[in-house]
Amino acid sequence: MSTQMTDSERTRAAREGFNRDQAIRIEQQITLQYRFAAGRTATRFFTALREEGRILATRDAEGNVMVPPRPVCGLSGLPMDEWVEVGPEGVLAGCTIVYVPFIDPMTGVQRPVPYGFGLVRFDGADTSIYHLVNATEPEQIGVGRRVSPVFKAPEERTGSLADIRHFEVIDR
Amino acid sequence: MSPINPVRTAIVAAGQTDFGRRFDASMAELCREAIDRCLESRNLSFDDIDAVCAGNMEMFEGIYMVDQLFVGALGALGKPVYKLNTGGTVGASTALAAYHLVASGRHKRVLGVGFQKQTEGSTQSAITTVGDPVWERAVMAGAIGNFASMASTYISMSGVTQEQAAKVAVKARKNACLNPHAQLKMPDITVEQVLESPMLAYPIHQLDFCPASDGACAVVMAAEDVAADLADHPAWVHAVATAHDQQYMGDQPARLAVMRSLQAASKKAYALAGIDDPVQDFDVAEIYEPATYAELAWYENLQFCEMGKGGEAIDSGLTLMDGELPVNPSGGVLSANAVGATAMVRVAEAALQVMGEAGEHQIDGVNRALATGYGGNAWTDVMILSRERPRPSAEVSR
Repeated sequence: MSTQMTDSERTRAAREGFNRDQAIRIEQQITLQYRFAAGRTATRFFTALREEGRILATRDAEGNVMVPPRPVCGLSGLPMDEWVEVGPEGVLAGCTIVYVPFIDPMTGVQRPVPYGFGLVRFDGADTSIYHLVNATEPEQIGVGRRVSPVFKAPEERTGSLADIRHFEVIDR
Repeated sequence: MSPINPVRTAIVAAGQTDFGRRFDASMAELCREAIDRCLESRNLSFDDIDAVCAGNMEMFEGIYMVDQLFVGALGALGKPVYKLNTGGTVGASTALAAYHLVASGRHKRVLGVGFQKQTEGSTQSAITTVGDPVWERAVMAGAIGNFASMASTYISMSGVTQEQAAKVAVKARKNACLNPHAQLKMPDITVEQVLESPMLAYPIHQLDFCPASDGACAVVMAAEDVAADLADHPAWVHAVATAHDQQYMGDQPARLAVMRSLQAASKKAYALAGIDDPVQDFDVAEIYEPATYAELAWYENLQFCEMGKGGEAIDSGLTLMDGELPVNPSGGVLSANAVGATAMVRVAEAALQVMGEAGEHQIDGVNRALATGYGGNAWTDVMILSRERPRPSAEVSR
């Protein structure tokens, strides 16, 4: 009769006869290394961040001001060839306290929980960036609250967003 | 824009695996399970399939060319295989691609397959590879942190409450009890239980969020001249639309609350399919809601209610199984999320509802159904299906 079984019925029978506890799972770890060229635009931003602790944005002819800076505005299609300084203070456009453990892909170790996380809109910019917020309770943060960056010491900076250690809520 | 004269096209078959922790199956075995169920439902064999579209997000399993799976036991040897990855939307994008291959006149019958085995890698870490390496990865907090931040913005704009969000979780896990394929089935779940479940990232509790599942889904898209022979009531495609938003995660002013790509894609699709009032005109919707707050925000952006009224919509029972517009009778993403399959499950469930084959969670008398996919940095796919054949030469695709 087995010739009359459909493939689905054969699969069902095979699943029922399979001991899940003895299922073999093959463990692998894949380590891949990359070295990403930040590009001309990001290099200018990160150099100003590292050397001077300044936050730069790009602006187009319509007045759109964007961080991260970029060569072309996605909204207008116009070149963003003017550089302007924004921040360093800003507001939280979104925020959370994260409790779930999570391996930080940049370090391979678990970031201590709970920690604050949110979208920071620098004063003078139209867009936001995600970053860490120095908070451990929902009451310490909130959409619209003002924040200020805490920079690493100049000698510790490498030219990345991590040169900002985190943001501090300043309107407590 | 020049007019398009597509071949009228329908979904004629759909199949899916049981979702969960599927240590009993390899990726290929899992896909074959969904494909067998799909093809057997119409006595189709691999010989009937002209081409295969395959959807998956590579980094969850760490295999860059999963298309290779399909030339063995998955029936594509010597046939075109098109591999897609559009993030969380990929299952719907894969169904849309299969649709386009048929509607263009290129093929008669195209198999779409979406799959994911979340248990084989680290979902939260793998999702980091979605982020821009220069600007975003250093400070990402996984999908949960991202959704929680978006939810905070939505709450600040709409005033939606944690209780209203919890009602979505209750609806999903109760509906899931009627779906044999769902993973999280909780017949006795209460709002209090959701609010008391562990906080993953404020304001998202564990029961506000989707599980990480293994699973696969398959559909067959067929051209008009073969569709009617394959199914008694094919699910005819009346409109498809897709839209993306800006490059970086912080570019959109309000993320969930004002989901520009969902608004744009649904408006296009509604216009193409002649939808004036979605609540009246659709009999059921299967939407991609990875978190409870997302479902409430999607109600607003899909015009199921006014902007800012998503909480009131769930309070009113609008989207319950017996409501005016049942949303996710399958239990939705909150009850099973194998990412590469998930958006195709929305399409497949909408098709099954139209074909009258959804089983215990069938809604009576479904004529028109809506399916959506959400993913990546605010990418949206929309598909509108109907029991009625579209008008000839209708322009159904943007």
